[in-house]
Order: sequence, then C-alpha cells, then structure tokens
Amino acid sequence: MWRETVSRAAGLAACLLLGLMPAGPASADPLGPHRLGRPATPEAIAPWNIDVRPDGAGLSPGRGGVAEGRAIYAARCAGCHGEAGQGGAADRLVGGQGTLASSKPVRTVGSFWPYATTLFDYVRRAMPFDAPQSLSDAEVYAVSAYLLHLNGVVPADAVLDAASLPAVAMPNRDGFVADARPDVTEK
Amino acid sequence: MPPTSVPLFGRRSFLAGALGVGGSALAAEGPPQVPALQVPLWTREPGRGVASPGYGVPSSFERLTRKPRTSPAFPGAASAGTPLQHLHGTITPSGLHFERHHGGVPAIDPGQHRLVVHGLVERPLILTMDDLVRFPSVSRLHFLECSGNTPAWQKTNPAWTVQDTHGLLSCAEWTGVELATLLDEVGCKPEASWLLAEGADAAAMTRSLPLSALDGAILAYAQNGEALRPEQGYPLRLFLPGLEGNLSIKWLRRIKLGDRPFQTREETSKYTDLLPDGTARQFTFTMEAKSVVTTPSGGHRLKEPGAYEISGLAWSGRGRITGVEVSVDGGASWRPAALQEPVLSRCLTRFRLPWRWDGGPALIQSRATDETGYRQPTRGALIAARGTNSIYHFNGIYGWQVAAGGSVRHVA
Repeated sequence: MWRETVSRAAGLAACLLLGLMPAGPASADPLGPHRLGRPATPEAIAPWNIDVRPDGAGLSPGRGGVAEGRAIYAARCAGCHGEAGQGGAADRLVGGQGTLASSKPVRTVGSFWPYATTLFDYVRRAMPFDAPQSLSDAEVYAVSAYLLHLNGVVPADAVLDAASLPAVAMPNRDGFVADARPDVTEK
Repeated sequence: MPPTSVPLFGRRSFLAGALGVGGSALAAEGPPQVPALQVPLWTREPGRGVASPGYGVPSSFERLTRKPRTSPAFPGAASAGTPLQHLHGTITPSGLHFERHHGGVPAIDPGQHRLVVHGLVERPLILTMDDLVRFPSVSRLHFLECSGNTPAWQKTNPAWTVQDTHGLLSCAEWTGVELATLLDEVGCKPEASWLLAEGADAAAMTRSLPLSALDGAILAYAQNGEALRPEQGYPLRLFLPGLEGNLSIKWLRRIKLGDRPFQTREETSKYTDLLPDGTARQFTFTMEAKSVVTTPSGGHRLKEPGAYEISGLAWSGRGRITGVEVSVDGGASWRPAALQEPVLSRCLTRFRLPWRWDGGPALIQSRATDETGYRQPTRGALIAARGTNSIYHFNGIYGWQVAAGGSVRHVA
C-alpha cells in the first residue's frame, strides 16, 4: 500500500511535469516514474560500455597489426588455442573453410564467424580466459589482425583500427539464416 | 479375499495385468514370513534441537549432486546437470538447479553491484540492488533449459542417465521486476527494437534480444523464495520464460537498447544451429515442446515384475502442455498419461502412468503436445529436417530400454 501510494504520486508528478513543460530533450526528467536510480552519464558508465557492433559502433581509438599480434598470441593465447590456432584445451581458431556443409564441420574464426568486429568484442571482453579485460585496445586489434591473417582473411602487413576492422570481409558473412521453426510437424 | 487390482498399463491387457505374476506367486506359496518391527534408536532418544544448522540441509542419507557429463577442460566454462532421475514433482531444489557458465561463478558483493540501462532510452539509469527491490515485483514458475540439453543429434551413449541426457533442465519460482517495468522507467525511444544484455562475470556474457521476444521477461533477484544462488546469477539475472537458457544473462550488469542486433560471439559463432547445407540458423530462441520419462530411466533397475509408476516431465517454450502420451512398446502404441495440476505455461509439467511390468523387454518413451498443437517429433524426423550438426535444440522422443533382467539403459 505504501509503495503503491508513493508510486502513484510519483507517476502523477511526472505526468504533471510533462504537461507543464514543452516536449524535447531540454525538458527531460533524468528519473522515471518510480524516481529510483541515478542518471547514467556516458563518463560514469564508460568502463562497462564496451560492446562493439558490426558497423564499428563502439570501437576504440588505437591500432594493432599482425606482427605485434603474433607475439601477443604466443604469450597469451597459444597455451590453450595451440601455437598456430589449431586448438588445444580451448577451441580451434584457424582453418575449416569449406567444411560447414560436410559431415565434420570445423567452426573457426575463418570458417564460421560472420563479423570481424565480433572477434575484437569477444577478445576484449572475455579473453584471455585466465585474465579477461587485461589486454589494451591496441593489443586486441593486434591479436585480431593476427588471427584473421592466420585464416587468410587479411595480409601479413595488415594493421587494424576502428576504420579498417569493420571493413574486413569475412568468408562466412552470408552463412546465417533466420529461425524457421516449427519446421518438424507430425500431427 | 484380496483387494481388487488397480488397472495398470501393460504389454498384454489390463485383465492380464490384474492376474499378474505377483498374484500367482502369492497363491502358490502363501504369505511370506515378515520379521517383527524393531523400535529404533531414533525413537528411544530425543533428536537434535531447532536451528542446528540454522540453514537446513538434506538428510545425511540423501546424496544428490549435480555433475558434468564429462570432465571439463575448463571447469568455469562448463555445465552440470540436475539429477532428474531422483527428483519428484516439478520444482528443482535451488542447490540442484543445473549450471552453465562461460567464465566461472563470480563472487559478487550485492552492495557494489549495479545495473546500467542505457542506449536508445530517454532516461539512462544506474540502479543499485536496493533500488531494484523497490519496484513492483512478480513471482512466476518457469522451466529453464539449456539449448544444448540432450546431445542426441549424433551418437548417443547407452550408459547415460537422464541427468546426462536431459539434466540441463530445471524449474523454479523466479521473483523480480518485470523487464517491461524497467523499460517504462527509462523510456525506450521509438527506434529501439533490440537490446543487449550483459553479465558481470569474467565472460561478460552478452546476447542480443529483439524487444518482440521479451514477453514475460523478469529481472530476477530471487529463486524459490530466497536470493538467487551464485550459480544462478546472484544478485541479479535476466529470466526469459520459454527461451534457451543462455539468453537469461546471469549476474546482469547492463542493458543497452539499440536498433539492430549486436552480433556477439554467443549469437554468431556459438549458439547457432548448423544445417546440412552449411548455413546456420541464428536467433533460435524458443525451446520447443519436449518430454522425457524420468522413472524408470537410465541406470535404474526394476527389482521384480509387477506394479510401477512411469513418471516424467514435459514442457514447452510456447505455452502449456496439453497432453503427454507414453509407449512401452517402442512407439507401436501410445497411452495418455495423467498430468499433475496445475499445468502452467512455460513450466515443467509432471506426468504419470501406472504400469505393470511383465518381466520382459520394454522400450519406454513419451511424447508431449502443447497448446499450439505442436507434438514432440521423433529423432528421425528432426534429423530429416536439420541433419546431425545442429548441436542445439534437440527435442526428439527419447527412449529407455528395460531389459528382461530389469536393467534400464538409453537407446536412440
């Protein structure tokens, strides 16, 4: 009852404010009807706001190339994914192109991943497994470049940044289709 | 005069069941000698007092555990199944709820946890747990199933128990704030059509969801009446009824509204379903109608011919279960099972059917139908439609073979 009363009063206050003031960003109330929480300013949430989209939205400044990536990969990634990305305790990352329609499909960055930006996003948020979010943005660009090079997607002298990474053409870019279920019907 | 036998579903007929083996043996040999009951020690002395322990635990005679199907290379990026073959009813005890983590279970201080809601919203907010519990709340009973539950697209293992085959399935009462309430609080902009949900774990697990798929979504902070267990996302998780488990992001720290999917690793290279032509289905959210017999099931042994109850679980991500049929002859004939009320939408439903085992081989199966009219398909029909490389969303009819000696094993 107490909560309901407070909530209704708050909602009414919000409606009154909207009615009295002109619409538009200048009139925006930073809190919602329940008056709970605090405004999330871009500066406050920046350390968590790390997602990257295929169009490049969210990518950081900085750059990294295949050569630097080779050294970072050897030090931080090869222990689980294999010296040349062939897999180990963790997933294989290289090869497999042309196998997806076979009886033994090999899903890797080169054969399966549709967007290069996803590689950057995933490495930056979750890798290396024993120390996630410990690589600098430049190191993440570099490791991404190296893995794409191992898969034959970018040349040995490639250097990736916020402009070039979204432009990388991934081999399986068009390999995904919508959910068609229910696709099995037995009445 | 012996009491009238209850009608039981058998390989012969109800009448044959009523005149079964047990009755004949009794008539020939007379009543067995039964030793006099003893008055045990626990009746002759007082037991322990209240609140010892303060948080109650199962009897020391109960030894149920979750377990992974195979020993994982990375214990923090693995799954462990619920022992369905030993549970009753439909609610999974919180300590036995299945687990699937991608970067281990974080030890989150709820006082320091925050939820950020931002992106295409009018009022981006940072909320504390104290803030969240002040919003209007709901409690709902729902199943949760991992999309990889039941690895039966390819070769199966006869030694698997139902914990191995179907254990990435649990059911609980979830309490929290409806996502819709929170989205009203921040005010979605008209162009917002997708959201990104992100965890605070070491995987910073992320999935994109279209706003059209969020019917009934809850920001849950409680499970079966108490705070979420750490393995289930303490102190806050997204809970999406009827959809594949990995979408219900645990340890939820951020929701970002956008106008398109974010194409995270989990929704591109991981939780997509490969088809025979080499393309993969993406955003395969719904868990379709499915059922499994949990008693008897793999690893059980029937001690003697006679009366048993066939019992199992049925569920559908599209709504209520309307019927479950059981076969004991490998699908040649089917008999409707009784459904335990209440039958709830996107919740486990317990089904039961009395059965008289005549001592011979019996192949026990179940198939569920939901309120959309969809009926659980055979494994063959699934494979005909999707091949054998889909990995996820296997919901085919599953069988347990009772051998003449009473042992029970899986057969594909």
